[in-house]
Amino acid sequence: MDGIHDMGGTQGWGALHFDPEEPAFTAPWEGRAFAMCLLSMNRLSGRNLDAMRHALERLRPLQYLENGYYGRWLLMSETLLTDSGVIAEGAVDARARKLRGEAVTEPPDPALSKPDYTPTGPGSLRAVDTPPRFKVGQQVRARNLHPKGHTRLPRYVRGQIGTVERIQPSALLPDTNAHFIAENPQHVYQVSFDSQTLWGEDVEPFVLHIDLFDDYLEAAS
Amino acid sequence: MSPVPAPSDLPVELRTEALESILVEKGLVDPAVLDKFIKTYAEDVGPLNGAKVVAKAWTDPEYKARLLEDGTAAIAELGFKGPQGECIVVLENTPTRHHLVVCTLCSCYPWPVLGLPPGWYKDPAYRARAVREPRALLEEFGLSLGPEVEIKVFDSSSEVRYMVLPERPAGSEGLSEEELVPLVTREAMTGVAKARPPA
Repeated sequence: MDGIHDMGGTQGWGALHFDPEEPAFTAPWEGRAFAMCLLSMNRLSGRNLDAMRHALERLRPLQYLENGYYGRWLLMSETLLTDSGVIAEGAVDARARKLRGEAVTEPPDPALSKPDYTPTGPGSLRAVDTPPRFKVGQQVRARNLHPKGHTRLPRYVRGQIGTVERIQPSALLPDTNAHFIAENPQHVYQVSFDSQTLWGEDVEPFVLHIDLFDDYLEAAS
Repeated sequence: MSPVPAPSDLPVELRTEALESILVEKGLVDPAVLDKFIKTYAEDVGPLNGAKVVAKAWTDPEYKARLLEDGTAAIAELGFKGPQGECIVVLENTPTRHHLVVCTLCSCYPWPVLGLPPGWYKDPAYRARAVREPRALLEEFGLSLGPEVEIKVFDSSSEVRYMVLPERPAGSEGLSEEELVPLVTREAMTGVAKARPPA
C-alpha cells in the first residue's frame, strides 16, 4: 500500500538526529513493547513477519510517527492480537484507564480467529524449481504497481529501469504471504539504478541497489 | 483483518503496561521471558559481534574471502546467527568505493552481527534521504567523501541483510585481531562512518 512507511526519497524530514551513544532502549517501556511484539507475532497471533510489517503500514500516518519506533511496535502487537481474536478491540485502552483508576467496563473476549495457514518451513527462504527469468547484467523495469495490501516494492523505483546485479536466494513473496494467501516463493534479484534515473539530473551521482521479487519486474532489454 | 487501534491520548508507557497486564492475566506471557528477551538484545546481541567478524577479516585473508563469498556461513563460523540473519551479504569498502545500508520501508537490520537498529537508522530523515542524497547525509555524520569515491546505497527491501566491511584504518598494521575489535563501530559497519583510527 502507498503509506507513510514508504519513506525513500520523501522530503521535509529535516536534519538527521545522530547520537552514537544511544542505548538499545531509551526507556523501559520500549524494551517491554519490543519483547511483547516478538511473542505476539508467531506464537500468540499465528501471524508472520510479513503480516507484522503490514500491521505497521496499516497504522494511520500520525500513529505511525508518534512515540517513534517502539510506539508503533506496540500498536503493531495490538493489531496482530486483535486480528487473531486474542484480545478485543479497545481492550488495551480500557485496561490502561482501569490501571490509572478510572471506572471502565472492559470489552468481553472475542472468538479466536488465527489464520489457518501453516508455513512449509522456517524463515523466509524457499527453493524455486524454475530457473530465474532474468540474468545478471540484464536491463529490467520495476513495474508500476500500487497494491492495496502489503508489498516490498517501494514507490521510488516503480516504473524505472535498472540492471540485474545478482541473483539472491529465492524467498516467499511478501505480497501474498502477509495476507495468508500463499507462500508463493519467487526469485529475488538485486537490481541497481542510477541516481539520475531515480531523481533527475541535479542529484548527486551514486548507485542505488535494491532487492526486488520476480513479480515486481519486467524485461526492459 | 480488524481495524487498527483507534487513536489514543493515553501515554504510551501506560498502554504498554496495559497490554502486558492483559497478556499476563491470560497466561500468554511470562514477564520473566520478556525480561530475558530485553536483556539479550540490550546486552548480548550487539555490534561487538560484527566487530569481531571485521577484525578477523582484516587479519585473515582466507576468512575475508569466505566472508565476501558467503557472508551468512562465514559469520556463523563465529557463532553468530538468529533472527534477521537468514541471509547476510557483506559489502567491502575500498578507497574508491563506499557502501551505505538503509531500509526505506521499515528498519531491517542484521541483528545477529549489529544488534537492534540504533535511533538514527530508524529516523525518517535517514530512511528518506539515504536513497536520495547520501553524500549530503554522510556529511551530517561527519564523513566527507571525495569525488573519486563511488557511493553505492543498499536498500534492504527483501530478507537479505547487509553489513559493511570497512577499510582497515591506517596505523593499525601492528595490532592484533583482539586489538582491532574496538576500532570497529556499528556506524562503520552500516557505512555512515569509517573505522576508528588507533589511539
